[in-house]
Amino acid sequence: MTDEVNRPRSCWDLFLTFTWMALQGFGGVQAVVQRILVDQKKWLTPKGFLEDWSVAQTLPGPHVVNLTLMLGDRYFGGRGALCAITGLMLAPCTLVLCFAALYQGLYELPAVRSMLHAMGCVVSGMIMGNALRLLQGLKGNPMGLPLCYAILAIGFVVVAVWRIPLALAWLMVGVPSSVWAWRCMVRPKVLP
Amino acid sequence: MSLNATDWLHMVLHFLSLSLITFGGVVAAAPDMHRYLVDQQHWLSDPEFNSSITLAQIAPGPNVLFVAILGWTLGVQAGGGMDAGPVAWAWGVLAAFLCLLGILGPSGCLTLVVSRWGLRYQERIGVRAFKAGMAPLLIALMFSTGWLLLPPIQADAQHAPGLVLTAVSVLLMWKTRIHVLWLLAAGAVLGLLGWV
Repeated sequence: MTDEVNRPRSCWDLFLTFTWMALQGFGGVQAVVQRILVDQKKWLTPKGFLEDWSVAQTLPGPHVVNLTLMLGDRYFGGRGALCAITGLMLAPCTLVLCFAALYQGLYELPAVRSMLHAMGCVVSGMIMGNALRLLQGLKGNPMGLPLCYAILAIGFVVVAVWRIPLALAWLMVGVPSSVWAWRCMVRPKVLP
Repeated sequence: MSLNATDWLHMVLHFLSLSLITFGGVVAAAPDMHRYLVDQQHWLSDPEFNSSITLAQIAPGPNVLFVAILGWTLGVQAGGGMDAGPVAWAWGVLAAFLCLLGILGPSGCLTLVVSRWGLRYQERIGVRAFKAGMAPLLIALMFSTGWLLLPPIQADAQHAPGLVLTAVSVLLMWKTRIHVLWLLAAGAVLGLLGWV
């Protein structure tokens, strides 16, 4: 791995690269972003990638979409951002809508319905499995593990069981917990 | 089902209002879309909502595309259903585009502003506290999304194989680095054989 960085030759290059990247991203593009942008295209060094990725992760919105917009904008301004995001979305979106259209036609077939049902069970498991993986990230959280788990449980009840609007859940759970995290960070020995 | 102009506006506004709180990815906002589109407005049925997420996860591309499928399904219905032909498809594409624009527009603009001004603000204590405080809630939201996709939770023998399949995929995703394509393929085969 070298420190030399390439740059995309044109907006067209951006568009094609992001299209190619998106079409490889089964179950989400996140897994292939680094492989393509850092290892294959060498548009970013590993260090540069981490920096950009952490900005993309801090902001709201899908991380891959954020990173795509940032890179496109950096190379060719607004036009670049537009080309890059179109590349990321257009081909997969067309594909997925064709899927959906076909599926609505095929929905009558019991085999298709039962296949989709089984795959739905797998997807549900994938999402919850990913959530379990993220539990690692709670280690070292300034609020301490027990409180983190308590907040997690409250969040789940509020959103999944009581079905409270997300914005309200952010206010009721997210904001107090952020304030508490801030308190713990400013005054680490605040607890009696 | 027919949607009037106000309904379309409400739909887009709903996605717009979610955009700036989709920390941790748009899938984490799925429970709220379910609450709005299925429970409150009755525009979509449970299977329609669930299959949108499943289709988007099966297909390549960013997971946020399930929003496009939600929009497509709504648009096609508003345009008279699949039987209405190209007119309904056009409505579907339009609605898919509007929903995507709604969910990505505000957050995308914010990203451009932040990256243009080179605001490397993730070191600030306020931002770090926000991330630390939100982390447990984000995980809760992902759990909620997975939970929402489960077949109706009943002690019904009909659903038991599905729940077992979900439990196995949770374990494999959590403990191994298995590629998701294998899991999805296994699910497809089990479904086709009629075991789940």
